[in-house]
Amino acid sequence: MSDTSITMSAGGGSPEALSFHVAADYHPENGTLLGFWVYLMSDCLIFACLFAAYGVLGREFAGGPTAAEVLELPTVAVNTTLLLLSSITYGFAVLEMQRDRQNPMMVWLAVTGLLGAGFITLELREFAHLISIGAGPQRSAFLSSFFTLVGTHGLHVSSGILWLIVLMVQVSKKGLISANKRRLMCLSMFWHFLDLVWVGVFSFVYLMGVLP
Amino acid sequence: MSDHLDLTKLIFGRLTLQELPLHVPIVLGTFVVVMLGAIALLAVITYYRLWGYLWREWFTSIDHKKIGIMYMILGIVMLLRGFSDAIMMRAQQAIAFGDSAGYLPPEHYDQIFTAHGVIMIFFVAMPMVTGMMNFVMPLQIGARDVAFPFLNNFSFWMTVAGAMLVMSSLFIGEFARTGWLAYPPLSDIASSPDAGVDYYIWSLQIAGVGTLLSGINLLVTIVKMRAPGMTLMKMPIFTWTALCTNVLIVAAFPVLTAVLAMLALDRYVGTNFFTTELGGNAMMYVNLIWIWGHPEVYILVLPVFGIFSEVTSTFSRKPLFGYASMVYATVVITVLSYLVWLHHFFTMGSGASVNSFFGITTMIISIPTGAKIFNWLFTMYRGRVAFEVPMMWTVAFMVTFVIGGMTGVMLAVPPADFSLHNSLFLIAHFHNVIIGGVVFGLFAGINYWFPKAFGYKLDPFWGKCSFWFWVVGFYFAFMPLYWLGFMGVTRRLSHFDDPSLQIWFQIAAFGAFLILLGIISMLMQFWVSFRRRHELRDVTGDPWGGRTLEWSTSSPPPQYNFAFTPQVHEGDAWWQMKQHRYRRPTDGFLPIHMPLNTPAGILLGGISFVFGFAMIWYMWPLAALSFIALLAVAIGHTFNYHREYYIPADEVHRVEASRTELLANHV
Amino acid sequence: MKALRGLLLPMAALLTGCSTVVMSPSGDLALQQRNLIITSTLLMMIIIVPVIVLTLLFAWHYRASNKKATYDPEWSHSTMLELLIWSAPLLIIIALGAVTWVSTHKLDPFRPLERLSYGRPVPAGVEPLTVEVVALDWKWLFIYPEQGIATVNELAAPVDRPIRFKITASTVMNSFFIPALAGQIYAMPGMETKLQAVINKPGEFQGFSANYSGEGFSGMHFLFHGVSEEAFAKWVQLAKAGGGTLDRETYVKLAEPSQNDPVRRFAGVEPGLFLAIVTHCVQPDSPSCMKPMKTPGGANEAAKGTEGMQAMSMTHPR
Repeated sequence: MSDTSITMSAGGGSPEALSFHVAADYHPENGTLLGFWVYLMSDCLIFACLFAAYGVLGREFAGGPTAAEVLELPTVAVNTTLLLLSSITYGFAVLEMQRDRQNPMMVWLAVTGLLGAGFITLELREFAHLISIGAGPQRSAFLSSFFTLVGTHGLHVSSGILWLIVLMVQVSKKGLISANKRRLMCLSMFWHFLDLVWVGVFSFVYLMGVLP
Repeated sequence: MSDHLDLTKLIFGRLTLQELPLHVPIVLGTFVVVMLGAIALLAVITYYRLWGYLWREWFTSIDHKKIGIMYMILGIVMLLRGFSDAIMMRAQQAIAFGDSAGYLPPEHYDQIFTAHGVIMIFFVAMPMVTGMMNFVMPLQIGARDVAFPFLNNFSFWMTVAGAMLVMSSLFIGEFARTGWLAYPPLSDIASSPDAGVDYYIWSLQIAGVGTLLSGINLLVTIVKMRAPGMTLMKMPIFTWTALCTNVLIVAAFPVLTAVLAMLALDRYVGTNFFTTELGGNAMMYVNLIWIWGHPEVYILVLPVFGIFSEVTSTFSRKPLFGYASMVYATVVITVLSYLVWLHHFFTMGSGASVNSFFGITTMIISIPTGAKIFNWLFTMYRGRVAFEVPMMWTVAFMVTFVIGGMTGVMLAVPPADFSLHNSLFLIAHFHNVIIGGVVFGLFAGINYWFPKAFGYKLDPFWGKCSFWFWVVGFYFAFMPLYWLGFMGVTRRLSHFDDPSLQIWFQIAAFGAFLILLGIISMLMQFWVSFRRRHELRDVTGDPWGGRTLEWSTSSPPPQYNFAFTPQVHEGDAWWQMKQHRYRRPTDGFLPIHMPLNTPAGILLGGISFVFGFAMIWYMWPLAALSFIALLAVAIGHTFNYHREYYIPADEVHRVEASRTELLANHV
Repeated sequence: MKALRGLLLPMAALLTGCSTVVMSPSGDLALQQRNLIITSTLLMMIIIVPVIVLTLLFAWHYRASNKKATYDPEWSHSTMLELLIWSAPLLIIIALGAVTWVSTHKLDPFRPLERLSYGRPVPAGVEPLTVEVVALDWKWLFIYPEQGIATVNELAAPVDRPIRFKITASTVMNSFFIPALAGQIYAMPGMETKLQAVINKPGEFQGFSANYSGEGFSGMHFLFHGVSEEAFAKWVQLAKAGGGTLDRETYVKLAEPSQNDPVRRFAGVEPGLFLAIVTHCVQPDSPSCMKPMKTPGGANEAAKGTEGMQAMSMTHPR
């Protein structure tokens, strides 16, 4: 069997002039953005499961406080505004990045990070309040799924902030090189994705939660 | 004194000396044997001064071929552990009748069947399938590496960390006693307060990170890095199945992560997702875990279908029959695998309409699967079938798998399932498809691609021994289980009263013994082949008369796989190149851009192991410390911008010239 | 059709002749499930047997050393064949799917029985015997609310009288399975499942948990006695004579984990015990008791645990 391939590859000229290799330097497309997008979709599935869990358990109050009793819409409205604004400011940062203007971009990134931090602070306050009135995640299946869904989102935002800080250090050290730009674009997708998930949390958990 | 105690508790959590199995002779014996083996291995490595070589060339390597091989080694090592569990179960069930309690008390037996399932699926089948895809797929698409080489190394070491956690449960504490899917309420803290389920959760979570990232990596590799001209419908069929499998991994593993995270919260924080009180719903766990679990079956079996396709076509010396319908069948199976999960628990009482919906979707999967079987059949038709070892596995697969498929459809009829569910019939069924499908396929793949990976063929004599022992052993081990299922014998029993069952269990144990001989033969095959490597040498790079691009390069392939990126015109690209009497270029080489090795992956894997271990034993300070270390190393790694280098054109020229010389000498 | 029947009879004889309990059961429901196993096997044999035969045949005939066999190195497509290999399994699955849909509804364990066995409908006015089943760690508790007795690890029922099992579990999931009588159904804590079945032949049959539930799982079996009406009355009397009442306190003691328990009988049962078990309210002050809640819809919360399953069984055709 092996001899056929030898004679064939070592044999005479080809019947047709087909080229079977690329004689030049060949670079496939960079797949980072696609890869990150696929990662986000898998992350989205984690949220989907948590939403599903909330859908199943969201009315299992087990004699404890109900959603309408513990959820405070005004705080959440402020919270939502902060996060939505941070998406816009990140958008400005990306615009500046595309114009290669490093300093304005850093300012917008800093604003984004601060808005994110504000969001996290408010959320932690809400959690602390709930736990202090005896509505911790152990109280009922509703509260378990509530804390887990909202908390997982909060954890994502926190890691987004950490990533943002790391990136700001890296940009200040290396400048707006292509690797850093790619990373900024990944974080941008991550940040907007978290925004979208929050819209889901806000409507599905908070708005629908306070309905009777 | 109390200060001292508190400090001990702070550092060691709930780990005490009592957790070491000093009082269980079987485990202690195993421990001694494993330790002696490990020490011997380490001594050999030290004696031959291999540490530097292993570190530089393997552990820190981001070469997809080496990572693929390491995955295979991990899978084979874990196979030995998983199989030891299997043969212990068979032995227990063959003797534990009436007054004899057997040699394993229930708490030990229950760990063994749990560990067997977990190890075989997560740490044998998954690493081997991933390893196969890692090694073969980039070569098949004419790429020089995967899309994210570092991530690949990292994924591997996360899988190893998970496997190490399962292994340490053997000697420190105990493993879960819940069955391989750890259904609550049994796996809740109330019913399983010890560390077993935590071992289960953390080993799967850590290995799961690796699996998910490797899924993303390979998916992007296939989408973005195919050689020019290789459109989707010209991809080799193994690459197609790898694509579908990685889509499934990306779409299924997050569900496992989420459901295990919820179980972990129930156990660690005291939430009420799956508890029986305060509104928890254990049935949600069963649903969610099978939403992952059923696609998982196809994650394992689809690449194996790809292996069989390549093998059948190569050894029949014909193109695959019905390439397009094979592709469509694969895609249909991919989609349908999400619509069948409920068939794992018809007996929950979901109502007739729900049950029949899921029963019928399950049956529908057998249509594309049947089409695949026919495609292989007609690939052999009017071929010249060479019965090399990979082809023997393929024929055995086709006969065995259809039986497993048939029993699977029987279980898909809900009223029939009410009688057969959880019985040994079910056990026989899924071993029939997993051994008859996945395992046979992996062995076909190992025998088929081994010469590509190492440059010499595997010894056919021991390969055939392994084949016959495995196949005959399989039928002896599992046909009696079908029968026992009809006798109403349920799974996971460690003791029986009815003496008329015993003969069947003894036959099954004999089958397991034959499979043991099959495994020993396989190890012998590796050893003998290594000893005879000069006789078995393949200099052509194409020992079987292959059809796809991996056979166009040398065996083993150079670090850069292809000196020039191939240009593809048809499916079966290498076959067409041979038809056109393609000549290897011997000059004009260019520098090749390649990724640099990095120790970050093994470091992160190691710290993850420590983190998992600390979480399992409630060693909170260590857990916090290792988590911070994990973050620090990961962030530190992102500050490394120097990740690539060029292999100089001279170097490429030297490697290619030596191959030219080798080929010329062997005509 | 005749040919099919000609094939079916010896196959059925082969399968039933070997007297495994699943293939030759004594209850009508299990019998119909057995028939379904045979039907589906035969349907699939239509495709499985040719595939296995052809695989071996092709592998042998087209072996490389057989130079007489046709070799067609480029042949890889045939529209006719492809049509055939997709449509043949499709047709079989359509047939099997239809059988599945009908039989799943007809043999739904939640559905009240319509017949005692083939050709014998349930006589008018016959009420099924109710048995409440609780899977404990690791033994079975059977409560007969109409007779006012309870037994552990022993079950009896009159031949040819429909039985309605109401099934739950105390802590972990089990599966209630008497292969000779009918297929299994899960026993789950906080939920109630149902099984409606009938035993047609007198005898002693094995029953057990078919879902692994922990350390004592292997010993979690019981005998099911199919007996005449008179013998059943005697059996009830035996329990009554034994004395002892299964009240909440006794139940809590009984529910503690134990293995390989002997048969026990109780002459009386506290009313409402089963519902209390399903709703975790045996000890009313326990935190897991599903007490009435503050929510607007909470008035009927006592039956909370069974709600899901009842909602599901409501969709069943009558």
